[in-house]
Amino acid sequence: MSLATLASQLGAAASASGPLLAQAGTPVSGPEVIGIGETIAFWILGPLALAGALGMVFARNAVHSALWLVLTMLSLGVVYMVQQAPFLGIVQIIVYTGAIMMLFLFVLMLVGRDSADSVVEVIRGQRLLATLFGVGFAVLVVGAVARSLGTVESAGLGAVNAVQDGNVTGLGNLLFTDYVFPFELTGALLVVATVGALMFVLADKRSAPPRKSQREQADERFRGDKPRVSPLPGPGVFATANSVAVPALLPDGSVAPESLSEIIESTAVRTLDADRASVAGGAGEPGARALTTGSPEDADAEDAEPTGADAAGPEAPAAEDTDRKTGSDTGEEEGRA
Amino acid sequence: MTPTYYLLLSALLFTIGAVGVLVRRNAIVVFMCVELMLNAVNLSLVTFARINGELDGQIMAFFVMVVAAAEVVVGLAIIMSIFKTRRSASVDDANLLKY
Repeated sequence: MSLATLASQLGAAASASGPLLAQAGTPVSGPEVIGIGETIAFWILGPLALAGALGMVFARNAVHSALWLVLTMLSLGVVYMVQQAPFLGIVQIIVYTGAIMMLFLFVLMLVGRDSADSVVEVIRGQRLLATLFGVGFAVLVVGAVARSLGTVESAGLGAVNAVQDGNVTGLGNLLFTDYVFPFELTGALLVVATVGALMFVLADKRSAPPRKSQREQADERFRGDKPRVSPLPGPGVFATANSVAVPALLPDGSVAPESLSEIIESTAVRTLDADRASVAGGAGEPGARALTTGSPEDADAEDAEPTGADAAGPEAPAAEDTDRKTGSDTGEEEGRA
Repeated sequence: MTPTYYLLLSALLFTIGAVGVLVRRNAIVVFMCVELMLNAVNLSLVTFARINGELDGQIMAFFVMVVAAAEVVVGLAIIMSIFKTRRSASVDDANLLKY
């Protein structure tokens, strides 16, 4: 079937739907009367929606903007339900506030919450002009609508809903008879949108530079392009504990600063600077155990150990060194506390 | 009260959205303002459906919602890929076609 025939069918269906529906909703027995309940609902929900819209425009933080917009969309969803469109109201809440706004928040978190608006005006006087435009547009549209439609009376959907057995059934009947071709087009649109979004992701991946092979990386390391040949030392290597809080030791007994994590508070690198300086100063050969200090538990363990083991011979300088170091360390602990 | 009040609310929301598109710099916020304009139009469509006593306006609002969902997916993907290359979500920075 060619597109032209489809379009002509569509036009015929659209033109046929008018009188058909007018016949279906037969008893248009005068205008609908809007009750006091709906008036109250409008005067609550309308200002809420307006406040949400204004808050979205004026909020500096993008996340706050999104939350204000959620307020507007929720109020509009309730307004739809009040206006005899319960299906659209539910869809508004589920699709807009549930899916679309969560997608917005997701992207905001990915892009960075702190990507704040720049206050600099790129075009001079743009904000003033935009505000003037807004006020003028509002005055024009509000004036036109109020003048031309100020006394309009609504027919109401009561008759249509009664004939069609409810709002959802009526919408479904229309959607799968008169509007079936646009409905199929929206299916195609959704598929195209999905493929398009995937294309953006995959095109980025393909345009990235190719990954280096292991051989090339090794060559680079030994050529001196990288600061280290070996990988970074893990925490606690060669020490008497393998906790992340204990630094790795180099073969001469000094602390390997690369092995310390800046994230873990108990082993900030600068708290070990004094120890490393004393080791580098070289008052004798430092023992391996001398460098496991760093937390009060360690200090206690080492206080107990030399007395119990009654070290002798080659262990002696190491024990002496631990005493000195634990002393300095506890001093530091008190200083920090 | 007449349904005209809903149309006035819709006009005000549309105006606020349009001013937001013109004023804000963050691309995501601009996008949210476009969503607000679509919502305002939906409100007027629903109101017109009620005034005329036919469901076609609600059908049209439904289609607007579907198109908006597809638009959000593609638009946010574009914003993400621009952010990946430029590390910025400001509409002022995306001026590669300017010169």
